[in-house]
Amino acid sequence: MILVVAEQRDGRLNRATWETIAAAQSLSGSLPITIVVPGASVAGVAEELAGAGVAEVLAAEHPALAQYTPDGWTQALQAIVEQRSPTFVLLPHTYQTRDFAPKLAARLRTPLITDVIAINGSGAHATFARPMFQGKLVADVRPQGDGPFFVSIQVGAYRADAVQKSGTAPVSKVDLVIDESAIRQRPEAPFQEARHAVDLGQAERIVAVGRGIKGQEHLPLAEKLAKAMGAELAASRPICDSGWLPMERQIGSSGQTVAPKLYVALGISGAIQHLVGMKGSRTIVAINKDAEAPIFEVADYGIVGDLFELTPAIVAELEKT
Amino acid sequence: MKIAVCIKQVPTREWQPRLTDDKTWIREQDASWEMNEPDAYALEEALRLREKHGGEVVVCSVGPSRVQQVIREALARGADRALHVEDNGLANADAFLVADALAPAMAEERFDLVLTGLQSDDQGHAQMGVVLAERLDIPHSTIIMDVEIIGESGQGGRVRVKRELEGGWFQWITMPLPALLTIQSGINQLRYATLKGIMAAKKKEIRKVAVPAGLRPSQQILSLALPTKAKQTQMITGSAGEAARELVRRLREEARVL
Repeated sequence: MILVVAEQRDGRLNRATWETIAAAQSLSGSLPITIVVPGASVAGVAEELAGAGVAEVLAAEHPALAQYTPDGWTQALQAIVEQRSPTFVLLPHTYQTRDFAPKLAARLRTPLITDVIAINGSGAHATFARPMFQGKLVADVRPQGDGPFFVSIQVGAYRADAVQKSGTAPVSKVDLVIDESAIRQRPEAPFQEARHAVDLGQAERIVAVGRGIKGQEHLPLAEKLAKAMGAELAASRPICDSGWLPMERQIGSSGQTVAPKLYVALGISGAIQHLVGMKGSRTIVAINKDAEAPIFEVADYGIVGDLFELTPAIVAELEKT
Repeated sequence: MKIAVCIKQVPTREWQPRLTDDKTWIREQDASWEMNEPDAYALEEALRLREKHGGEVVVCSVGPSRVQQVIREALARGADRALHVEDNGLANADAFLVADALAPAMAEERFDLVLTGLQSDDQGHAQMGVVLAERLDIPHSTIIMDVEIIGESGQGGRVRVKRELEGGWFQWITMPLPALLTIQSGINQLRYATLKGIMAAKKKEIRKVAVPAGLRPSQQILSLALPTKAKQTQMITGSAGEAARELVRRLREEARVL
């Protein structure tokens, strides 16, 4: 069977979990899928996932899992993996997965293939495509040994709406024994630095600006377009490095990976780090004066032209109706 | 404080990929090399902690003789000495192999703090540091933006770190020393080697360590390829007004995202 590890915080499901379920369904062949949700109080999330067209949902509840720690998650999931012996364990490639999954795999002495963008074949003989060298190359990788094989799925590589939902899977509670004295990390409450912090990972639409915007004084132009589209404003790395927008609005390398329904790239040439961060978006619009800009490689719709003319024209068009 | 920093040598960002004939690895003879960028920030953080708390900084690296380039550079920037697990077979080692190659020698050293970059710019597994923490049986935290040392290692000493979560969220976490941290790029301002540092580095010790017996890769690269273009881009032309009208129409009617 395939075990999918769901991610939730305070009873709210991270939507990358749905994408991981879609990946599990494409991998499954004849293997049944079980979802496990670790946390202190996850009944609601477990119920939500029961409709995902899987065989079973496990609520792995324990008071020691009220706040995420890598030691706590490793203990809980080690017990479940050892008990269930899945062929594969799939996780979303989030910061949280990156924090505990290598420890869990190392403890079980079993491979972990991270940041997977595609699965070739199905069942036990599948191989996994993942970027290497900053996305300049794609590697087809096969895990060694007997498994269970851990695989983390790049956010945006699979579509949440591709999940084949059917019926309602039984939800059961797992009896967990956790040695709380072996949890060495003491976390404090999460906080945001910026007053109007934004979670771009959850945004449905994003308007992102790059060097083509030329100066901070032109940002209101992009803000108007974002407002007219009901989108969040984001930026490429040079814009945030210059301090024109806060780091939390940066897409790409050491920023965010996003996969909104609509991504509008205004004056962004498309450096590889940026493309890695956004190419999973469902619909991508590129507006750039350079017809050779790499951003057009990943765009669904492209306009070669002056963003200072095009942006107000698009805003005017949106405001017509 | 006895601080270890794990550094990796990776192809430069400007390098254009060329593959071996069997397409399972890059043609190393065509690559130019540099220190993995997040590791450079980990080294800088280690040097700053040593300036504040005293002690020594030991650079640890795995790979063929070519990796001495980045070891020397780290020593020139101010690290005190180095461990090098040297083996030609580890040129394309996966994260488990690197951690297992480093772990015995690093365990003997009994470091108070181990720092690594959060991931490498070559294979990009983002695993080595966390796997190494498990092998050394010490607590860890990842994607760290700030480090505070409280007390002394072995005498109830702890480390309090600021961890980056997603979506602009952060969290402070405290754990006992010894501990391992993976460092986020941009945590500090990098220093560069001075001429004096480069001269001093020549006299610093690089201890060669043999590869532990019985290491096995955890994953195999079957093939490497350039990414394929997945999308057909529809180009929209005309005046600004015409293009805007056509774009909005297609986003509404075709893509249905507005």
